[in-house]
Amino acid sequence: MSTLNAPAAPAYATAVDTRNYLKASYGPVSWLLTLDHKRIGVMYLVGISVMFLLGGIFALLVRTTLLFANNAEAVDPLITAELYNRFFTLHGAIMVFIVIIPGIPAALGNFVLPIMLGAKDVAFPRVNLLSFYMWMLGTALALASLFFGAVDTGWTFYTPYSTSENSPSGMILVVTGAFILGFSSVFTGLNFIVTIHQLRRPGQTWFRLPLFLWAIYSTAVIQILATPVLGITLLLLIVEKTMKMGFFNPAYGGDPVLFQHFFWFYSHPAVYIMILPAMGVMSEIISVFSRKHIFGYRFIAWSSVAIALFGFIVWGHHMFTSGQSALMNTIFSALTFSVAVPSAIKVFNWLATMYKGSIALQTPMLYALWFIWIFGIGGLTGLFLGTLATDIHLHDTYFVVAHFHYVMAGTIFVLFGAIHYWWPKMFGRMYDERQGAIASILLFIGFNLTFLPQFVMGSQGMPRRYYSYDEVYQVYHVLSSVGSYVMAAGLLVMGYCLFTSLKRGAKAPDNPWGSNSLEWHTTSPPPLENFNGTPVADDPYDYHNLEWDPQIQGFRSKKPMVTSG
Amino acid sequence: MSRAFTTLAQFDGTFMMPKQGSTVSASVDSLFYFIFVICAVFFALIVGLMVWFMVVYRRTPQRMDPTSNVTHNTRLELLWSVFPSLLLVLMFVWGFRVFVDMRVPPEDAYVINVNAQQWSWAFTYPNGTETEDLTVPAGVPIKLVMQSADVLHSLYIPNFRVKQDVVPGRYTMVWFEAPEPTPENKPHRLFCTEYCGKDHSNMNRNVIVLPKEDFPEWLENADPLIGMTPEHYQEYVADPQAFITAHPEYVGLMPPAVMGERLYTKKGCVSCHTVDGKANTGPTFQGIWGRTEELADGSSVKVDENYVRESILNPGAKLVKGYGNVMTPYQGRIKDREIDMLIAYLRTLASK
Repeated sequence: MSTLNAPAAPAYATAVDTRNYLKASYGPVSWLLTLDHKRIGVMYLVGISVMFLLGGIFALLVRTTLLFANNAEAVDPLITAELYNRFFTLHGAIMVFIVIIPGIPAALGNFVLPIMLGAKDVAFPRVNLLSFYMWMLGTALALASLFFGAVDTGWTFYTPYSTSENSPSGMILVVTGAFILGFSSVFTGLNFIVTIHQLRRPGQTWFRLPLFLWAIYSTAVIQILATPVLGITLLLLIVEKTMKMGFFNPAYGGDPVLFQHFFWFYSHPAVYIMILPAMGVMSEIISVFSRKHIFGYRFIAWSSVAIALFGFIVWGHHMFTSGQSALMNTIFSALTFSVAVPSAIKVFNWLATMYKGSIALQTPMLYALWFIWIFGIGGLTGLFLGTLATDIHLHDTYFVVAHFHYVMAGTIFVLFGAIHYWWPKMFGRMYDERQGAIASILLFIGFNLTFLPQFVMGSQGMPRRYYSYDEVYQVYHVLSSVGSYVMAAGLLVMGYCLFTSLKRGAKAPDNPWGSNSLEWHTTSPPPLENFNGTPVADDPYDYHNLEWDPQIQGFRSKKPMVTSG
Repeated sequence: MSRAFTTLAQFDGTFMMPKQGSTVSASVDSLFYFIFVICAVFFALIVGLMVWFMVVYRRTPQRMDPTSNVTHNTRLELLWSVFPSLLLVLMFVWGFRVFVDMRVPPEDAYVINVNAQQWSWAFTYPNGTETEDLTVPAGVPIKLVMQSADVLHSLYIPNFRVKQDVVPGRYTMVWFEAPEPTPENKPHRLFCTEYCGKDHSNMNRNVIVLPKEDFPEWLENADPLIGMTPEHYQEYVADPQAFITAHPEYVGLMPPAVMGERLYTKKGCVSCHTVDGKANTGPTFQGIWGRTEELADGSSVKVDENYVRESILNPGAKLVKGYGNVMTPYQGRIKDREIDMLIAYLRTLASK
């Protein structure tokens, strides 16, 4: 455990290791067995990036298949229907369970959360490392399924298809993988909640926390409460598949609609596990790059909590056509609209923060602005789907596909923004601003080109998960596929920009963007124990204390925020 | 490709919605475009403000600091919480009212049974006729009572704005009324929208709306096998060509092998059994007639009428070695006369 509340260390103790965390020790073992939250965060970031690449490759394969309308009639097609079905399943499962859910909290949250609190580490560093290895194990199992009858059920594992006699045996591996990934998620959430409760600096009240931490805290609550339901559901799925006990498969006396209830009881809140941390990062970036105090701090903070709570009672809106009763449909439709309000509150507050600010259009801010556009579309199109009569028409079409990509890939855009934002802090190097901006513009154009046409073809009736389709939809599919290639190009530029910065980037100042939250008041990269001294808690959004210093190409605090005593 | 681009104009409806083919289409579309306008206004407002702020309040060396330090405004917060909430309530109520219309069929609706299975649709009419495409009379409320033989499916007719999952182990229901007959070459499309495995995307058919007065005649002739008396049937089987020539009133009647070949597609055999000798989920039909098959339990069986009949009705009884017990039993979903036709077809597939 950390000893934060111990009296100030005597002078001779300041001779402790002041080397930065990257240089405090060397060799693979020093990384693999590290208890340092920063190194664990970096390992997560590497792992998640690799898996994102894999999930992206599957997406490109899907989009390339869909360039052609009549795949089913093709003689010896390169990608058969079986392969195509596996590709979209793997794309979905990897992106949801392995990339986006842990994405921002486990990689970046791990890195910055303790520093934002002025703490030396999370409350349970060993559990933190265990959570990382759970992620590795779950991912490895899910990938191993590729070699044991790859899964073609879609990421939703709907029964009875997933547990029927001829469902692939890889199902068991994937579902076990997702089950273990759930543990990783719970451990991380638990750790963050305890850390935020216990390890705040004296004087750092709840309403002086950076809003990112409110978001992470709300996320952690969902992780802890919802994930066990998924875990149990997946366990039942495995039992049904292996022992033919009837829970969800009518052939064994089960009910397939029950599975959908269980699945969405987790997977709808999981949407907020994915989006809330992104909203938290947004509040940081928008305020810092507008150099203006965040507008409506309390409304943003409470809206995170509200989203987390409302998120639990709307799962039935995934099931308006499932055979669920009309009364249930009506209740879930009404409840669904309640989530729209706190989301809207956040967007309006970000805009109000920009009003009369001093807006710097650097790469992290570009990603944040793209998010307002993307989440604007993603959130607003949700209204068509929460409304009963229109959802009946749009359910399971490309309209839904486009909608949830606008929401969840919105998170990816913020993840990219957050990586650029904290990159100087994590690695002590500045990336090339021009390359970063070009990559973000390519990604933004590519993304919209990919998914805007999908709204049109979806509302025109194009069903999702189709390998072949009517030719009237082809022009939209071609546009969409071209968009995905533009995104791939953007990703290459981004990868090049970040990788080369590690070697050639200018040395990062402590506070390149002018943020007042605590991670920017220590060195870049931070020392092993985060601060060479004792940080002083302050309003994280008050920028009066910071002034630009061209000498260091960064911001300097007029009054010191870390006392050496 | 150029063909694909010219098809852009072929959506008969509006930019975002397909042709209106049912009595609820128009009310769904009004609601859709109402929400669309609200979204467009809010989106324009959000992005407009964003771009305006980006341009006007851009940071320059001369303008390093913000020109306002306002941190909150409770009245503004309440305004932008409450006003959108009112619009949301409106959307919910409107959506609910249209939904009730979509969900409650008129008492006198004409009932058609729907059987969904991997990967085909079967529509069964009150007189026992079974078709792959859905044919309905115009101006009559139609109620589809649906069941699935295997996994989840979902029946979706975009032009009618209706969709309902088909769930194994229970009946689900959907209704619609199509006011206008479809032109000869422009039927409505019907899709399966709940992912159901390998050939999910092939599970699409047409919906043909006939003038109300033409429907009874169509129904009578839709399945020549059904209407036939036992005497006529025997005559037909004994000498198909002569019978067909002598009885032009059986529209669409063809020799048994041809009827069987159609059933091979219609009943979904084609999904798992090839006729070109390639292995698939099930054994190939090429040269199957009279072949001696080695069974999973080590015994063997000669493929004859009885084996074919048993394997259709109860596929698990005698499994060919190397194949799983994955076929859905057709007990109750195929008629004896149809099995006769399939056997006639299989006979023609003897290896050359």
